[in-house]
Amino acid sequence: MESCPSVKNVLLLDSEGNRVAVKYYSDDWPTNSAKEAFEKSVFTKTQKTNARNEAEITLFENHVVVYKFVQDLHFFVTGSEDENELILATVLQGFFDAVGLILRGTVDKKEALENLDLILLCLDEIVDGGIILETDANVIAEKVASHSIDAGAPLSEQTISQALATAREHLARSLLK
Amino acid sequence: MAQPLVKKDDDRDDEADYSPFLGIEKGAVLQEARVFNDPQLDPRRCSQVITKLLYLLNQGESFTKVEATEVFFAVTKLFQSRDIGLRRMVYMMIKELSPSADEVIIVTSSLMKDMTSKTDMYRANAIRVLCRITDGTLLTQIERYLKQAIVDKNPVVASAALVSGIHLLQTNPEIVKRWSNEVQEAVQSRAALVQFHALALLHQIRQNDRLAVNKLVTSLTRGSVRSPLAQCLLIRYTSQVIRESANNTQTGDRPFYDFLEGCLRHKAEMVIFEAARAITELNGVTSRELTPAITVLQLFLSSSKPVLRFAAVRTLNKVAMTHPMAVTNCNIDMESLISDQNRSIATLAITTLLKTGNESSVDRLMKQITNFMSDIADEFKIVVVEAIRSLCLKFPLKHRSLMNFLSNILREEGGFEYKKAIVDSIVILIRDIPEAKESGLLHLCEFIEDCEFTYLSTQILHFLGIEGPKTSDPSKYIRYIYNRVHLENATVRAGAVSTLAKFGAMVDSLKPRIFVLLRRCVFDNDDEVRDRATLYLNTLGGDGAVVETGEDVKDFLFGSLDIPLVNLENSLKNYEASEEPFDINSVPREVKTQPLAEKKAPGKKPTGLGAPPPGPPSTVDAYEKLLSSIPEFANFGKLFKSSAPVELTEAETEYAVNVVKHIFDGHVVFQYNCTNTIPEQLLENVIVVVDASEAEEFAEVASKPLRSLPYDSPGQTFVAFEKPEGVPAVGKFSNMLRFIVKEVDPSTGEAEDDGVEDEYQLEDLEVVAADYMLKVGVSNFRNAWESMGADFERVDEYGLGPRDSLAEAVNAVINLLGMQPCEGTEVVPNNSRSHTCLLSGVYIGNVKVLVRLQFGLDGPKDVAMKLAVRSEDEVVSDAIHEIVASG
Repeated sequence: MESCPSVKNVLLLDSEGNRVAVKYYSDDWPTNSAKEAFEKSVFTKTQKTNARNEAEITLFENHVVVYKFVQDLHFFVTGSEDENELILATVLQGFFDAVGLILRGTVDKKEALENLDLILLCLDEIVDGGIILETDANVIAEKVASHSIDAGAPLSEQTISQALATAREHLARSLLK
Repeated sequence: MAQPLVKKDDDRDDEADYSPFLGIEKGAVLQEARVFNDPQLDPRRCSQVITKLLYLLNQGESFTKVEATEVFFAVTKLFQSRDIGLRRMVYMMIKELSPSADEVIIVTSSLMKDMTSKTDMYRANAIRVLCRITDGTLLTQIERYLKQAIVDKNPVVASAALVSGIHLLQTNPEIVKRWSNEVQEAVQSRAALVQFHALALLHQIRQNDRLAVNKLVTSLTRGSVRSPLAQCLLIRYTSQVIRESANNTQTGDRPFYDFLEGCLRHKAEMVIFEAARAITELNGVTSRELTPAITVLQLFLSSSKPVLRFAAVRTLNKVAMTHPMAVTNCNIDMESLISDQNRSIATLAITTLLKTGNESSVDRLMKQITNFMSDIADEFKIVVVEAIRSLCLKFPLKHRSLMNFLSNILREEGGFEYKKAIVDSIVILIRDIPEAKESGLLHLCEFIEDCEFTYLSTQILHFLGIEGPKTSDPSKYIRYIYNRVHLENATVRAGAVSTLAKFGAMVDSLKPRIFVLLRRCVFDNDDEVRDRATLYLNTLGGDGAVVETGEDVKDFLFGSLDIPLVNLENSLKNYEASEEPFDINSVPREVKTQPLAEKKAPGKKPTGLGAPPPGPPSTVDAYEKLLSSIPEFANFGKLFKSSAPVELTEAETEYAVNVVKHIFDGHVVFQYNCTNTIPEQLLENVIVVVDASEAEEFAEVASKPLRSLPYDSPGQTFVAFEKPEGVPAVGKFSNMLRFIVKEVDPSTGEAEDDGVEDEYQLEDLEVVAADYMLKVGVSNFRNAWESMGADFERVDEYGLGPRDSLAEAVNAVINLLGMQPCEGTEVVPNNSRSHTCLLSGVYIGNVKVLVRLQFGLDGPKDVAMKLAVRSEDEVVSDAIHEIVASG
């Protein structure tokens, strides 16, 4: 155990075990079907447990899996068998809380899918290629939410493009009605 | 224009299972990606399309090479937009597409611009993207920026560069290694995560330089490391240093132990746990060192967080394997975990308790487990069953309650794997604990009355056929077996018929009744069942008067098929239907000898039903057959023991020779297995000339040369010696291989007519006292020891001189005596200062011998040993002492 703590995958599944957003960092699951099989079995195995208040944990196919549920969303973080369980739990908690902040408290599948870009950015900020980047939910959410306009852009250009975007959106909506 | 993502606000309440990606389709999304080419970019729209593309990839959809290239080029256009949100999506998209080398060039300049931008977010992400997709040549161009980024005052930028460095170290180590000055500086960073990433990278750069790692650890353990993650890393590196320096320190305190112990008081739980685990995994950890770690783990056991409880109980479970006593303090907390909501925790707690429990607590524990078993999954139950089995082997006196427990759970619902685990355990207990045999067999009988698994039924029937006739009242099993003939499928019925026949063959009083039953089976509607019944009726003489069952009939019924199944299968495949019947003697018998089957040592998994019954391994049978087929040796009597092969040549020499020593009562036969490794040679009249001048009690009586030894096909030659009957004579023999060598033309494979006589010196061979000792285990050593009595007990003490370790001394004595270690006592726990080892065996002349060895460390390295021998013969007890005294 001289190696750096590492994460093998982070999964966000819905209440039927379908993918909302997943990210794999190891070659343990080389194909998409291997990944789906893993998700299916890990979901089935944990489905009946109560992981709503505290994060739960299980050993599964030589991996440690920590998980937590809220509404119809199931959060999982997987590490190797001899990984420090508490480190994995910290990653899980960081992901879980950051998603809560990003979705402003309404954490369910619908909201998560509607803000999928933010969820994916969130995953991108937590782990990079298996190495933990950040575990503080506030820092993660802040990085994800910094959707402001590039400070370097000329002011005039900014306003015009913004105005155009807004106008186009209004037009699209009126057409749909 | 109906974009699901756009209309999301309008009908959010209408559909319960609404998804913004409902009905999404790859082709359509790829079409949409054309907006990336618009002269007037709409950042929001573009972000939505990228999200859809990412969604598709995330769902496992894959793009063809062409599609991916198209999307990639379109995405690169988006660098024109200065919208931060869109740029981030672009970064993610590029990483997902992992472009090829020639495509990378397109984005390199854009990314390098972002890398030097004033916006930190751009810099951090551009570094990560660029390092992900780059190759070595590009890396040298951007190296300067990366070095700067490592020491950037913005922690996000520094971390991005460091983490990228960790990844790049795998592919371009020589470049990353040049950054160590900057990385070193980053280790001192005030930002917690920068420190963590810098430490990880620095260690990976220097991991092969032991001195550097040592220095790194020394300096950091004194200073303050801010992030808990970095502290965990430091603990890992520290234990590595401890492990590597362990050999250099003779006695005294372990270096850095204080640091690990200090970490037990850290405020972050992950650090406390990492340190506690590191301490429990130290090589040869002492109980004094263990105590503080066990104490914090014990506190975790009652935490409200399942993850903490799990981590603690899992670590304690491991400790219990090597230091059961250290964990007993936690037993009360552990017992309350049996009812834990999380079944993984409960199972770990139970198996820990089973390891640490003593004989008196078994009954109480079993009561608790019974309640627990009903509500866990099969996979956990199997773990518990295995733990109970080893517990039962540890405390054979408790077999009654443990066997009852196993039979109870056998009756409950369960899948095949679970049932098989239980049956295997019962079978092992029956074999190893004679007192448990009758009750165990009855439990198995009851189980097959209502068993849905054909495999288990047939295996149990087979086992009953072997063990049942040897019990005090074999007749009581007949009913169970015969019921199978009425109630089961053809496979089980056929198995039952064979089992009935075995009872008939072994128990003469039952024979008439068995015949009645077998005759009924002749009318079965399945061919195999009928055939078997007819065959057995004939071989047992069921058509005529009741006769003694002959030896060959028993052999036929009980003897194992002495032909390897693989060979038989091959021969049958090659057999073409013709007038000539298939001759089983034509099947080759050569088989690779397999390593001796499992021992009873803890941790090794017993194989249960599938394994052959205990007793002499099949190789002995094979040797016996081989030797008795040679007329010169036929009158030597029963083979007492055959040694393992001893190599007489170095590996990879011209001729490879090893020897097996066959011990008879009044003779010794050396079987030389020779292999010719030279393709251009054919050896003829191969014989080993043995000089027995250093073995006075032996006299050569016969030898059997090997007529011809072609390239790469092993052959045997034998030499036999006479020795005083029943006496464990020892001696040294020098060997010379003598043969006629003929040249072979490798192209035609034909040998020349004329040969040359030649000799080849082999290494010496010794017959030692251990050759006269058979390894025969006893299940309950204490019982055997007591019942042997102290009449011929001989006790003496020996100094074994300086030894590398206690374990090494124990092994040396076991090998010297050639006896079977009992109850797993050949395993010496790490760092123990004393050890007791129990051995049993049978000495030549069929004299049972039991040995109790007590070892102690006397001074730093000197090992002292007390040897107590009990046997059925005073002379033998003395002989054992002589072996040790002269060895």
